[in-house]
Amino acid sequence: MISFLLTFILVFVLYLILTAGSGTIGVWSSSEIIAGFILALAAAAITKNFLCRANNYRMANPARFLLIPVYVIGPFFIEVIKANLDVAYRVLTMNIRPGIIRISSGLKSDLGIFMLANSITLTPGTITVDIDEKTHDLYIHNINVGEGDELRPVIEDRELFALANLPAWIRRIAE
Amino acid sequence: MTIIEALTLFFLAIGIIFNTLGVIGLLRFPDLYTRMHATTKATTFGSVFTTLAVVLYSIGMFAGTSDSQFIVLGIHAAIVALALAFTNAVSSHAIARAAHRSGVKPEQAVVDRLEEAGL
Amino acid sequence: MIDSWTIAVGALVVLILLCIIRLVLGPTAADRTVAVDTVNTLTIAAMVILGLIYQEVIFIDVALVYALLSFVSTLYIAKYLGGEL
Repeated sequence: MISFLLTFILVFVLYLILTAGSGTIGVWSSSEIIAGFILALAAAAITKNFLCRANNYRMANPARFLLIPVYVIGPFFIEVIKANLDVAYRVLTMNIRPGIIRISSGLKSDLGIFMLANSITLTPGTITVDIDEKTHDLYIHNINVGEGDELRPVIEDRELFALANLPAWIRRIAE
Repeated sequence: MTIIEALTLFFLAIGIIFNTLGVIGLLRFPDLYTRMHATTKATTFGSVFTTLAVVLYSIGMFAGTSDSQFIVLGIHAAIVALALAFTNAVSSHAIARAAHRSGVKPEQAVVDRLEEAGL
Repeated sequence: MIDSWTIAVGALVVLILLCIIRLVLGPTAADRTVAVDTVNTLTIAAMVILGLIYQEVIFIDVALVYALLSFVSTLYIAKYLGGEL
C-alpha cells in the first residue's frame, strides 16, 4: 500500500510538471488534472513493485532525498568537470594505460550501489563493467591505472576520487 | 549583450566542444572500453550542457518578455537533461558488461581482474 | 542570437555523420552499439535546440520520449549481445 502511494505521488507530480502552464487552476487546466490523476492511478497499480522492490522506505525521508540534488550540484559536479578535462587530455595525447580493476565499496543497498556505479561511470577516467552480486564489489575499467595498482587485488573506493570523498556522501544518503 | 546571453553562449560552446572531443575519441581510441570512456563521459557532459544552455536562454527570455511559453520550454528541457544524465550511464554499464561477456577483451590492458574472477 | 543555435545544430549533425564512420568500421557489434548510443545522445541534443529555434515545446517532448525509448532499445541490444535474452 505504501509503495502504491509513493509511486502514485511520484507519477502524478511528474505529470503535473510536464503539463504546467495549460490552464487556470493554479497553472493547470481541470481536464489535465483529471487525466493525470487517472493515468497516475493506472501507472502506480502496474509499476508499484518496481519502484519499491526492496520494501525499504528509508528514501521517503525528505532529509535523505533532498541531499541528492546537493550531492549532484556540489562534489559530484566538481569531479565531473575534472573527469572531462582528463578525457579531453587523453583524447588529444593518446597517453593511456588501461586495465580492469576490482573496487570494494562496502555498500549494501541497491540505491547505494546504483549511485556509486553511476558516479564511477561519469567521473575520473573509470567506467563500471560488472558487479559481484554476493560481495557487492565492482569491476571497473580504468583508463589510466596508477603505478603499482595492477598488483593489488582489491582497491578501496575512495582512492578513485581525488577532489571530493563521494563514497562518504553516498553512504550518508543511501545507507 | 546581457550576462545571461553571454552565459548561454558559453554553455553552448562548452557543450559543442565536449561533444566534438567525445566523437574524436570514438574514432581514435584503440578498443571498445577506451572508446566508451570518450562517449559516455564527454557526450553526456556535452549534451547536458547544450540542454542547459536552452534552459538558461528560456529563463532569460521569460525574464524579458514574461511569456509563459518560455518557462514551459525551460522545464521540459531540464527534464530532458536529467533523463540524459541517468540513462546514458546505465546504458553504458549494460554495453560494457555485455561486451565483456561476449568475449571482447581490453587491448593494451595491464591488468584484468574480471577475467581472473571468471564471472 | 538565433544564428549561434543554428550553427550548433549544424555542428551536431556533422558529429553524427562522423559517428557513422565508426558505425561502418566496427569491428565488433559492441563497438557499433556504442556508436548508435552516441548518435542517439547527439540527436536528442539537436532536437532540444531545434525546439528552441522553432519555439515548439512539442519538439522537446519528442526528444524526451526518444531518450527513454533509445535507452530501452540499447538495454535490449546489450542483453542480446551478452547472451542473456
